[in-house]
Amino acid sequence: MSEQVKKFLYVNRKAPYGTIYAQESLEVVLIGAAFDQDVSMAFLDDGVFQLTKGQDTKGIGLKNFSATFRALGDYEVTKLYVEKESLDERGLTLDDLQNIEYEDEDDDYAEKPSIRLVSRAEMADVMAEQDVVLSF
Amino acid sequence: MAAYDVNGSAVEHDEEGYITNLSEWSKDLADVIAAAEEVNMTDEHWAVVNFLRDYYEEYQIAPAVRVLIKAIKKSLGPDVGNNKYMYELFPYGPAKQACKIAGLPKPTGCV
Amino acid sequence: MATLHTVNKSPFQNPTLISCLGHAKAGDAVLMIEDGVYGAMNGTALSDAMATLGGDVSLYVLGDDLAARGIDAARLADGVTSVDYDGFVDLAANHDRTQNWL
Repeated sequence: MSEQVKKFLYVNRKAPYGTIYAQESLEVVLIGAAFDQDVSMAFLDDGVFQLTKGQDTKGIGLKNFSATFRALGDYEVTKLYVEKESLDERGLTLDDLQNIEYEDEDDDYAEKPSIRLVSRAEMADVMAEQDVVLSF
Repeated sequence: MAAYDVNGSAVEHDEEGYITNLSEWSKDLADVIAAAEEVNMTDEHWAVVNFLRDYYEEYQIAPAVRVLIKAIKKSLGPDVGNNKYMYELFPYGPAKQACKIAGLPKPTGCV
Repeated sequence: MATLHTVNKSPFQNPTLISCLGHAKAGDAVLMIEDGVYGAMNGTALSDAMATLGGDVSLYVLGDDLAARGIDAARLADGVTSVDYDGFVDLAANHDRTQNWL
């Protein structure tokens, strides 16, 4: 590859259905994934609400795009950083989030978790090591 | 708005031929859309269409073409799951055209 | 490898500025723009929190946004530097990346 692979981080800080940010972010990630860059997503503040399990949008007439997070592995987006302090503040734990896995092609397609729980300080480190940070 | 005629009942579609109400899809409709697209549906076409519908049901999106081809390669083998053969099945693009026949929205990122 | 962070929401309405300061690393710069400039005032309920959280980062405010809102430079908290649009561009150019907190 002639061009150098850049590290892109999509930062998600908004809850899923009150505004369009969360869904737009996911669409941009899926489109951007075609460009063979090193893509990660960060979930902090109200962004952690995007990943709760058991979302059912039938009653509000919106698409339940939480299912789409589980497709990210197909698009080689396998690093979803979730901030522990943001979960704690909202009374959530990892058990409240849906299970998101990817198949590791280099490890006989073993299924591995995409969600990585990080502290606020570790999240700051993740942000600081990116070439491009996009906020939603 | 334009519509497909499926055994006498009308199923509306947009200007590009994608149906507007995803719940109106049926196998008969798929045959009608395929005919309009000049695609002669074989078992392999159906395998792709069925895969797309299952994928949409599970993930709420139509997969990008490279995701589709990778998955078809895994389920039907490399003879079908490759770029060249998939474009032979669906000359106007395996994701775009097959999604239309499968009654799904145009894939994300498809212009 | 420092980052320029921009924040455009009032900290009295929205916790974005506090979150940004919680994630900025020592040596980063935080530029308050639009309604974010209210976070740069002294003598507010948030001034102490700003001073504590913003201790190891450089705090900037866009002067034109301050002026537009009738906030005199004398109301700026200690340690906050007012810049104009050229200064904004210089900050962006002098950092490795920009993170816009929306």
